[in-house]
Amino acid sequence: MTLNSRDRYRKFVEWANWTGMLFCTSVSVFFLVAILGYVLVNGASYIDWEFLTAMPVPAGETGGGIANALVGSFLVVIVASLMALPIGIGAAIFINEFPSQGFGRTVRFLAEVLTGVPSIVVGLFAYALVVIPSGGFSALSGSVAYAFIMVPIILITAHEALRLVPDSLREASLALGIPKWRTIMGVVLPVSSRALITGAVLAISRALGEAAPMLFTAFGNSFWNVNLTKPIATVPLLIYTYATGPYEDWHRKAWAASFVLLVVVLFTSVLTRAFLRGKSNE
Amino acid sequence: MNLKSMTAAVLLTALSAASGEALAACPTKGAKELTGAGATFPYPLYSKMFSEYDKACGVKVNYQSIGSGGGIRQLQEQTVDFGASDGVMDDKQKKEAKGGAVLHIPTVAGAEAIVFNVPGIKRSQLKLTPDVLADIYLKKISNWNDPKIKALNPGVKLPDLTIAVVHRSDGSGTTFIFTNYLSKVSPEWKDKVGFATSVNWPGDVGGKGNEGVANSVKQIPGAIGYVELAYAQQNKMDWAQLQNKAKKFLDPTLEGASAAADIANLPDDMEIVITHSSNPTAYPISGFTWLLIYENQTDTTKADAVAELASWMLTDGQKYAAPLDYAALKGTAQKKAMVLVKKIKFNGALVLK
Amino acid sequence: MARDSEATLESMNRALTGVKPVSARRQLVNVGDRVFYLVARSLALLVIVLAFLLVADLFRGASESIRQFGLKFLIGTTWDPVAHQFSTLPTVIGTLVKGFIALLLAVPVSIGSAIFITFYTPRWLRPVISYPIELLAGIPSIIFGMWALFAMVPVVRVVQIWLKAHFGWFFLFDGPAVYGVGVLSGSLILFIMITPIITAISKEILLTVPRAQIEGMLALGSTKWEAIWKVALPYARIGLFGAVILGLGRALGETMAVTMVGGNSFALIHSLFDPVHSMASQIASEFTEATYSLYVSSLIYVGLVLFGITILISLLAQFLIWRISKGKIALLD
Repeated sequence: MTLNSRDRYRKFVEWANWTGMLFCTSVSVFFLVAILGYVLVNGASYIDWEFLTAMPVPAGETGGGIANALVGSFLVVIVASLMALPIGIGAAIFINEFPSQGFGRTVRFLAEVLTGVPSIVVGLFAYALVVIPSGGFSALSGSVAYAFIMVPIILITAHEALRLVPDSLREASLALGIPKWRTIMGVVLPVSSRALITGAVLAISRALGEAAPMLFTAFGNSFWNVNLTKPIATVPLLIYTYATGPYEDWHRKAWAASFVLLVVVLFTSVLTRAFLRGKSNE
Repeated sequence: MNLKSMTAAVLLTALSAASGEALAACPTKGAKELTGAGATFPYPLYSKMFSEYDKACGVKVNYQSIGSGGGIRQLQEQTVDFGASDGVMDDKQKKEAKGGAVLHIPTVAGAEAIVFNVPGIKRSQLKLTPDVLADIYLKKISNWNDPKIKALNPGVKLPDLTIAVVHRSDGSGTTFIFTNYLSKVSPEWKDKVGFATSVNWPGDVGGKGNEGVANSVKQIPGAIGYVELAYAQQNKMDWAQLQNKAKKFLDPTLEGASAAADIANLPDDMEIVITHSSNPTAYPISGFTWLLIYENQTDTTKADAVAELASWMLTDGQKYAAPLDYAALKGTAQKKAMVLVKKIKFNGALVLK
Repeated sequence: MARDSEATLESMNRALTGVKPVSARRQLVNVGDRVFYLVARSLALLVIVLAFLLVADLFRGASESIRQFGLKFLIGTTWDPVAHQFSTLPTVIGTLVKGFIALLLAVPVSIGSAIFITFYTPRWLRPVISYPIELLAGIPSIIFGMWALFAMVPVVRVVQIWLKAHFGWFFLFDGPAVYGVGVLSGSLILFIMITPIITAISKEILLTVPRAQIEGMLALGSTKWEAIWKVALPYARIGLFGAVILGLGRALGETMAVTMVGGNSFALIHSLFDPVHSMASQIASEFTEATYSLYVSSLIYVGLVLFGITILISLLAQFLIWRISKGKIALLD
């Protein structure tokens, strides 16, 4: 079969677009490798058991670690997620599953606008909302700040995910006599869970890496603390302090801490997906 | 407190009684935890000091460097037990302090280096006078081979290279001290720009933090910038020798900073910026960093803890300054600072006897 | 797309249960549904309440500056903390230019990557590429900033010098090339930072496109690209837009990285090489050291202006969706 000119054109278009997409992906991968590689090269060598389990040491001393910040970040982000996930997913469910005149639209619109709020402004808001009334800095106020950053990301991603679940599934479920709420929880959510998880992971990793909101909320702590009502150390704040200090030793610690953060994000991502795959096999 | 630190405290007290210098023992009553916030300049030193204080006295002082402005604000709101600042509070800020009068207690002094990146010229090989430096930052001198710079540096090969002026993009005490200096030596600067933690710079590039300025100067050929001495040293940068008030050209050093603080007419409240100091061996761009503590404390345990902490920082704590590139307080400066610490009261009664 | 099947299923529904389809509200026939509805509604309401609280807090904080400068704040070009003069036009322009360039680069690259990952890579390869991309989204901004300052800016500087030498007559390239930091570096790092988010979400969206439809097209003899262009993209269009909005939000609100390589000056920009602040980086840079209330208030005013600009851009985006779909898809459905 000989190809006429139209088919040749179409084949060309196919090839051109494939090349274009490949180029785009290569660009993404290139920067990925460049940055992750940079962090790895600069940070991995500094990591040892002491780094993960010891307390930070003051300026001029080598060694020490980021133990209090690791635990602090973990606590603050978990509490923030406990606040942000229900709000984000719940609101997304409301917007998509219960169409309401302008209400749903407004919520979605506000979420989009809120993604553009700089993290330091969020920190100031949490400061006014929690720190001032309670008279002092606390891990809890830090969680509120993080939750504020996470909700828009979770809401928008969840909304898009829910939107793409075909109505036929919902109708079929309702037709079988299953109540609406069961339909949502038992059919719609599991079907969209992949995208929901991606949204959650993106939001959590964003929170894990933000330092500015912590300045006026969780504040930071050079000592060990697991009390949510007191100031607490967090990894991004520590990274910021080390990165902007004068000492080469501190810079290496900043890179090493960043590497640890990345591993935590990867871990979260893999773990939640594995958990999910397990559940959906039931 | 364990036996070891008690013995140490007793010995130290005995020794200090012999030397006649006021010495802090560890607080016997008082809070075991304190929160402080403020300046980034002294953060490395304070991290060391507070770690040692914890080992010596079992009191955990949590200090976070959120900036001098942040420190002042948290002190005003009373969310922290003490603040720290590289700049003096002005009248409006003092009025907004909810706890009343604020003591400015200097802890150490520091020097700022004028760093540059000119191929072929190394550290201390470049001499600058105050007015030339001001003109560079005013963008009136724009090339390294300008006759005014040449006149100060005969024998130095100055290339035809545009000067890239680097300043801080974030507000900072470092800027406060530098612009304060420029305002003192250049009426035109004082008029056009003035001094503050953040100003309207005539040009060119803003770097974030001392680290940002240091990096920009290192990367941009022809750049000039101002950084804290520690950054200039840690980054192995080239700095200029500045002419001080006594017409001597000096490198930025700790001795120069201490000398700048060692002047006859220090005010009792220590609210003075020691730039362009009259001491003949003073380095011109030097400054104090202060602890900000309410004179009238409202919590007896905190009052004790804070007063003892300040007292310790001005005596035992000073030995940690030099190894970390900070200039310890000596002579009159240290004495006047201690006087201020003794003014801390609780319910009208002096805390430290 | 999904709702096309509604008609068939409605009749199916009627046949099975003999009941006419009811509105959303009237579908709440039992207690469980009612409770669920109320809970979901309260959570949505909470989002609105929090947003309004934020705006109220911003207004309260900015009030002193608003009273002092009014709308002149938006068109003046002086930011002088010593003379107590504040205005924000240069940073507004800086923010918009950097965000726009970043988006211009990021949208094709990220959606192109998402398409490639979803349709042109074998299944086993997908996680290998997409997990690391998600990882990139989790890197702290300061690390992006440091990498940009140490690794990217020197390269950009070389490129800038080359561009100025050969094309310096063009206004975009007529600036201080030797700085390295500036609009170009700021835009580039933003582009690198928002690409992972858009890619990750776009990939998820594209994965939900029903394979049947695509395979149908292929069976009819279309090329893969034609199937993507004619089936997958229209289906996923709105979702992809949502992904881009999230990226845009990050671009407008990003502070740390952009502060480190943006050059941070207040002059109005003329070229790609000029240094300039963005609103977010200015707020973050100066807030902790703002020493008097008008200064603080003016910084919060900048935050309010940023908020307002984000609203305007979001409205514009909604309008664009409506235009592109020629009104067939309801606004913010």
